[in-house]
Amino acid sequence: MRRGTGAVTLLVAALIAVVLQAWPAHAAASQPCTPDATTGCVTGTVKTAEGQPAAGVSITVEGAGGSSTVTTGDDGVWSVPVTAAGEYTVTIDPATLPEGEQLRDPSATTRTVKVLLNSQSRALFPLGEPTGAAPSAEPTQGATTAPTTDRPSGGDSSATGGVSGKRVMQQLANGLVFGLLLALASVGLSLIYGTTGLSSFAHGEQVTLGAILAYTFVQVVGMDLWLAAILATLCGAASGWLQDAGIWRPLRRRRVGLTQQMIVTIGLSMVLQYLFQFLLGGGRLRIDTTNPKPVAIGPVTLTVQSLLSAGIAAAVLAAAAVFLLYTRTGRATRAVSDNPALAAASGIGVERVIRIVWTGAAGLAALGGVLVGLYFQSTAWNMGGTVLLLMFAAVTLGGLGTAWGALAGSLVIGVVAEMSSLVIPSDMKYAGALLILILVLLVRPQGILGRRDRIG
Amino acid sequence: MDWTRILTNVAGEAFAPATAAYALAAIGLNIHFGMTGLLNFGQAGFMLLGAYAYAITAIAGWPFFASVIAAMVAAVLFGILLGIPTLKLRGDYLSIVTIAAAEIVRIISRSTSLTSLTGGNSGLSGGDGYKESFESLCPFPDGSTTLWLWTYPNCTSNSWWLRLVAWVAVAIGCLLVWRWMRSPWGRVLKGIREDEDAVRALGKNVYGYKMQALVLGGIGGAIAGIFYTLPTSVQADAMGRTTTFNIWTILLLGGAATVFGPVLGSVLLWTVFMLVKSILRDAELSFITSTQSEAFSWMLVGLTLMLLVIFRPQGVLGDKKELAIDVR
Amino acid sequence: MSAETPPTPAPDARVGGAGVVPRERIAKDLAAVPRVPGAPKPDPIIVADGVRRSFGGINAVDVEHLEVQRGAITALIGPNGAGKTTLFNLLTGFDKADVGEWSFEGRPVHGRTAARMASAGMVRTFQLTKALSRMTVIDNMRLGATGQRGENLLASLLPSVWRSQEAAITARAYELLERFKLDTKADDFAGSLSGGQRKLLEMARALMTHPTMVMLDEPMAGVNPALTQSLLGHITGLRDEGMTVLFVEHDMHMVRHISDWVVVMAEGRIVAEGPPETIMQDQAVVDAYLGAHHDTDLGDDRLLEDDVVEQYEAEAEAEEATQ
Repeated sequence: MRRGTGAVTLLVAALIAVVLQAWPAHAAASQPCTPDATTGCVTGTVKTAEGQPAAGVSITVEGAGGSSTVTTGDDGVWSVPVTAAGEYTVTIDPATLPEGEQLRDPSATTRTVKVLLNSQSRALFPLGEPTGAAPSAEPTQGATTAPTTDRPSGGDSSATGGVSGKRVMQQLANGLVFGLLLALASVGLSLIYGTTGLSSFAHGEQVTLGAILAYTFVQVVGMDLWLAAILATLCGAASGWLQDAGIWRPLRRRRVGLTQQMIVTIGLSMVLQYLFQFLLGGGRLRIDTTNPKPVAIGPVTLTVQSLLSAGIAAAVLAAAAVFLLYTRTGRATRAVSDNPALAAASGIGVERVIRIVWTGAAGLAALGGVLVGLYFQSTAWNMGGTVLLLMFAAVTLGGLGTAWGALAGSLVIGVVAEMSSLVIPSDMKYAGALLILILVLLVRPQGILGRRDRIG
Repeated sequence: MDWTRILTNVAGEAFAPATAAYALAAIGLNIHFGMTGLLNFGQAGFMLLGAYAYAITAIAGWPFFASVIAAMVAAVLFGILLGIPTLKLRGDYLSIVTIAAAEIVRIISRSTSLTSLTGGNSGLSGGDGYKESFESLCPFPDGSTTLWLWTYPNCTSNSWWLRLVAWVAVAIGCLLVWRWMRSPWGRVLKGIREDEDAVRALGKNVYGYKMQALVLGGIGGAIAGIFYTLPTSVQADAMGRTTTFNIWTILLLGGAATVFGPVLGSVLLWTVFMLVKSILRDAELSFITSTQSEAFSWMLVGLTLMLLVIFRPQGVLGDKKELAIDVR
Repeated sequence: MSAETPPTPAPDARVGGAGVVPRERIAKDLAAVPRVPGAPKPDPIIVADGVRRSFGGINAVDVEHLEVQRGAITALIGPNGAGKTTLFNLLTGFDKADVGEWSFEGRPVHGRTAARMASAGMVRTFQLTKALSRMTVIDNMRLGATGQRGENLLASLLPSVWRSQEAAITARAYELLERFKLDTKADDFAGSLSGGQRKLLEMARALMTHPTMVMLDEPMAGVNPALTQSLLGHITGLRDEGMTVLFVEHDMHMVRHISDWVVVMAEGRIVAEGPPETIMQDQAVVDAYLGAHHDTDLGDDRLLEDDVVEQYEAEAEAEEATQ
């Protein structure tokens, strides 16, 4: 074990060295369009089928902030600054492509991108043989943008600022808010693990489900946000009930092994993720399009919405705790989590408890999804994938299968992710959170609150 | 609908470099999961490291084989780092740590702060010069060649040369696995897969064997990363979790713990994938766009994985009795 | 990176040959041993001192001193939860002691890994049999052989390096299988064997390592009565070939039949030692078993005496009343 710790210390040192070495390059890199509080950027790089930059390709961006046409530079890069948030149409002129090049999908000469101020949106036009694309063609190519994580609060979207006390407080506050939201989703994941032994990789999609349902209810149906959030949570819970009834209970009955079930959750995760993309496309979806209202609490600036979200999350988590501690069903849940065989022998309906756990966990995840979607300012078909690993990290960190551990782990992960952007580039902050997971496992494999006998 | 073109494309997919790369990655995963029972959910991380180590050293002017060795060394180091904290713990810890570690690699390598080294989130392309050392070894003349239905360049990018080398690598991988599976070394791994305590009780250093398996399979992934990126470009986001899950689907489709399972799985998955996508695209269905047809094909991959695991966990080639799926 | 490859012991140095201690001598040696916990033995193979292991504040094992006689069959008995299996796990390297040291064949071995204990010649079986179900019986056996050249990652690629050794191993495996009457099953998956056959396979596989000492964790658990007799014969056979045997057992009939010496544990401590004929008369043993409401037949006629039965019943009632 001691040797292992040394090796990881080395890794961390190497990592830091790499980051430090790369630092000046980051600062020196020329940015034709830099997003700030009043500017959003639409950018992209056009490359030939051979991967060479395609220069002189004409791109037109049209939308709320007007229309402008640019041509790609020698490096194939183009970028358009816009001053109003909204939906923009990006059109490529196939006639200006280099000799012999064509779009991989000749019919798709336009992309629709959502542009937010203080952020970058990318539109990619892959070139190549129309259908001869390698199976590698990741669906993320196209007009997709993973949900970036611009904080609603100002001044922290880049990691170039110095480490001031104010920023530390700000990041700590952001981290706590994010941790609380993450905990909503993680607690359910942990309870499912505790009662059934299953690590569900599809739990991230339960989070996405909540977010996109809220988007649909608000933006498509035109509902009030509060009502939409409640409905999304209920629908999420119903999906959990259905999932257990339709998939997991039959699998348990067939005595399908846990590893097998885990791989089934991976398949399910893929199905759901691409179903979301199929239905709603690859773009960013804004649940709430109003401008966030900032409030200052001492040195910290948060939006009204994230404060409210954190409050709701804390209240719901407290309610879940009361449920687990003081109700009959809650106590039964913890008993099953401790020892399913013993619980069954003492007359607890294990299957009923598991059904309740699935329903509740999916409901919590959906609510978490709505709030995280609001916190990120937008959601997308693959938001759950990003959050899933943080959830796993939180659950493992806290101790597999314990509800309190998941809460503690989520707060740690949230704070570490946000605080780490004080010292490492902000686009690496989730890597920092995941690294913490690995380091904790080295020292304390049972997690922060886990019991030793669970580890093997 | 142009069936000739569709079928040509589909059949071309069967021997595409990416199919070979996936087969290699699945051969590596087979050493992990099929032979030893290790739950590695970070195979894409090994691919990514291999691809970057190869490309960065190639751009720095290293000869082809030196770059390949660099990729292998990267995989060895990554495997050891992952193994140290997890191989003494229960199986699901390895799965969580590997998936997290692969994600760390992806996030770091796409970070804009490393643009000078990795190209940031736009990655490294042929223009950066990482393909030259490989293409300069090409024994064929310049230009392109048509063999029966298929036309590809001889030496550059998505070439016949690359196809030849990639499939030779797959053949070597199969040969090695075949040899290992029938050796006393493979027998120890199999014992570990069944019950590592029993093997420990017989005086074998289980930790060491698991580490060897993890590292070896990782090397398979790293080399797969090279062949995966040589026809296109090195992009962090092209080797994410979806890639890992595809490799799992391939392994389970073909059959874990078999020699040819990973190859058959890769060929089957990508030809069927291409067939579905092409048909949906060509059918010009009014209610389905091209992005949607792609999403639909991915949904089918996920569904295949689910159904396979539930109803035919031994895959096409596996022996139902000797099936490695339920590890502790 | 290479796996541990201990040197192959000369095939017959340990089994049969000169190492065999005649049974009469063992009996004579042990007759002189005082019947107290932690008694010193004339020729100990294991000497343990101050071994403690606690789980969540409860001392599962707290052994002050223990010696195990070389060449003898020693039984480790005690009521459920007495810490027998935990002590077993500690001695064989499957668990780590909080404190304590012990030696095996005169060399300090505490803190060694399970694999190193096995290569040092101390091999064990498990209470829940660990037959490697999805491997054939013969592969199970081959896996047991130590010092295989082909178990090295690179050497395994060159069959010429290991083929002759493999043939020798296979021949020896068939010999052992024949002795354990499993030779007809050699090519079946181990998972297809019956419970008793798996026990036999596990024992045969353990012998492939050429052990000096065999540790059997409840060898009779889950075995069909029809096989019991032959299993007993195999265990005494081990001693007759010169191996030392330490086994954990519940079944008192078996203990009386085959053991030369009995060590009794209760609540983590060793409470009594002595020859099997007299050990069950020891007051500490009776207390240990009855105090824990042991649920199995002690195999001792004393238990059928009225006062003992009454005492047992009275305690059981008292227990029920308090619940």
